[in-house]
Amino acid sequence: MAISEVDTMADRRTDVETRQTSRRSFLLKLGFLLNGIAALSVSVPVLGYVLSSFRTEGPFRSWIPLGPLGDFPEKQTRLAKYRNPYTRPWDGPTADIPCWVRRIEGDKFQIFAINCTHLGCPVRWFQESHLFMCPCHGGAFYEDGSHASGPPPRGLYEYQYKVENGQLWVFGGQLPTLGQPA
Amino acid sequence: MIERFRKVALWIDDRLEVSSLFKATAGHAVPRKSGSWFYVFGSATLLCFMVQIVTGICLALVYVPSSAMAYTSLEHLNYQQEFGWFVRAMHNWGSNFMVAIMLAHLIQVFLFGAFKYPREMTWISGVILLLCTLGMAFTGQILRFDQDAYWGLGIGAAMAGRVPLMGPAIVHMMLGGPIIAGETLSRFFTLHVFVIPGTIIAIVSLHLRLVLSKGINEYPVPGKLVKKETYAEEYEAEIKKSGVPFFPKAISKDLVFCGLVLLGIVACAAYFGPEGPHGIPDPTQINTAPKPDFFFLWIYAILSFLPDYTETFLILTVPFIVIGILFAVPFISNTGEKSPRRRPVAVLSVVLILISLGVFNYLGTFAPWSPKMDAWTSAEVPANFLEKRSPLELQGSLVFHTKQCINCHSVGGNGGLRGPKLDDVATRLTSDQLVRQVIQGSGNMPAYGKNLSPAEVAGLVAFMRTLHSATESPARDTTQPVQAAMEMDQPKAFAKAEQARR
Repeated sequence: MAISEVDTMADRRTDVETRQTSRRSFLLKLGFLLNGIAALSVSVPVLGYVLSSFRTEGPFRSWIPLGPLGDFPEKQTRLAKYRNPYTRPWDGPTADIPCWVRRIEGDKFQIFAINCTHLGCPVRWFQESHLFMCPCHGGAFYEDGSHASGPPPRGLYEYQYKVENGQLWVFGGQLPTLGQPA
Repeated sequence: MIERFRKVALWIDDRLEVSSLFKATAGHAVPRKSGSWFYVFGSATLLCFMVQIVTGICLALVYVPSSAMAYTSLEHLNYQQEFGWFVRAMHNWGSNFMVAIMLAHLIQVFLFGAFKYPREMTWISGVILLLCTLGMAFTGQILRFDQDAYWGLGIGAAMAGRVPLMGPAIVHMMLGGPIIAGETLSRFFTLHVFVIPGTIIAIVSLHLRLVLSKGINEYPVPGKLVKKETYAEEYEAEIKKSGVPFFPKAISKDLVFCGLVLLGIVACAAYFGPEGPHGIPDPTQINTAPKPDFFFLWIYAILSFLPDYTETFLILTVPFIVIGILFAVPFISNTGEKSPRRRPVAVLSVVLILISLGVFNYLGTFAPWSPKMDAWTSAEVPANFLEKRSPLELQGSLVFHTKQCINCHSVGGNGGLRGPKLDDVATRLTSDQLVRQVIQGSGNMPAYGKNLSPAEVAGLVAFMRTLHSATESPARDTTQPVQAAMEMDQPKAFAKAEQARR
């Protein structure tokens, strides 16, 4: 075999190899690209689905009637409840939201959220000592919702209200927290 | 016939490689002294996890993860479903045992220096498992969808709501909507049944693989230091010299302990029965005092002691600092002494942490920081505090009840623990000081100025002035001569009451 002949064979082999290598690396790149696009098209709806509940803006809050004014005697604080406006058929009793209604006089009201401003436990009204007391960590609030004692960082959360057609309305629909009071 | 069975067995083994897998895992050599009673907690934690998987799957066959029906389905499990009460009790006690034994495992590997070189990742994967297990405990408590679950979610939301800027968004994410409702339960069901158990299975696999590849920790010997350069050789030499196969040698104690644990779970489940569900998860039923399960009582206790100006900062940072420290343990002390006999700081930290957790949990069981909401209608002032008292003083003791003073203050051991007990309040405060304290409040006491009539204040103060032991005289105004001060005391209260009556 002549030397030149061997050289040509070797050349041919490298030629084939490089051709194959470049095809393989092209396929690899194509594979990554395709899967990248596929992953993106899968993850956008999935993330959108999961993260949608991060939204705090939405049709959550609205005006809800609490009952005729006659249900709330003057200078008294009464427990009222309403069905949360934003609800699902399977919510059951959890969508019944309680609140404390204080009728100061006439059309002047205060509507307090049930949740203590410390850690959200249900505060209880004591007519005799005119205090709201919390059973969890001992927070107490005065009749007007202001902080009386204990660890809560602020007074009770207050809902907006209006009086229309002899009815008391509350603007509710959202669990109040320090970052988003009522 | 037997020959045929043998052939089938050999064929299966050849195709599935069972015996070689067994030899490489259960048959791996461990240091002889590591087959110790101290080394049984890891396998027992795993056993508890298996109990939880089996009982959990059983419960999921019946439980309905909907906030309208969950409570009913739990009651059905308790009273209608065959052995439903027992499976629920097993699941509850399995979780109690799992948390407790995992804690024992954590303490053991910490005290025996098992986290040191080269087992850092074994420790870190263990910390992840600890967090997952606590996550299971919390989400499991939510699935027992009762009053405590509802308000527990409220507490979680109130904490998350303290995050600056992102707070409201995180609350919405956590609850799956604007309030605690149907989607909240579905969310926690998903975490409890899919996400966290899946993570646990994956991390347990890693944890066990590391136990195999990095070897089980040798029994620590005081004075025998871990050095990166020589450790691998020394460990190998020890295995060669005195190693025993895990199965059937070292496993015996694990087996005994696991058997006892399983029997313990069964016995507790049979004796104590299932936990709850307590009140229905109806937020309008506000006469409730929400309390977390046992594992989280200490957090509940700590949250009542934090000064309000540090609270948000501490709630949002301390958990991450604590978890960070747990992860950092193997890097804080990576080599050197392993034996607890030569590691006083490690031993004292464990003692300190255990005592703190114990004390906080104990306080959590009776929550002295909370008013006793029903004391004013259920507790009474003992008779010896009322004997031979004047009508005004007796009237004062009624005010003490009807104005709910007794919800926070106790007399003769009856009443709340929120405020100081008043058995001998007369020796601490004079009449004037008592009046001021009642009307203006201070410290943690609300001001009662607007809610008590002058007559009620007079009666209340007259009653409190009688609260001192026979051997101690009541406090007097030291700016006045003794006689005058004593005389001024009682008549003044009477005079005020008289004035008010007119």
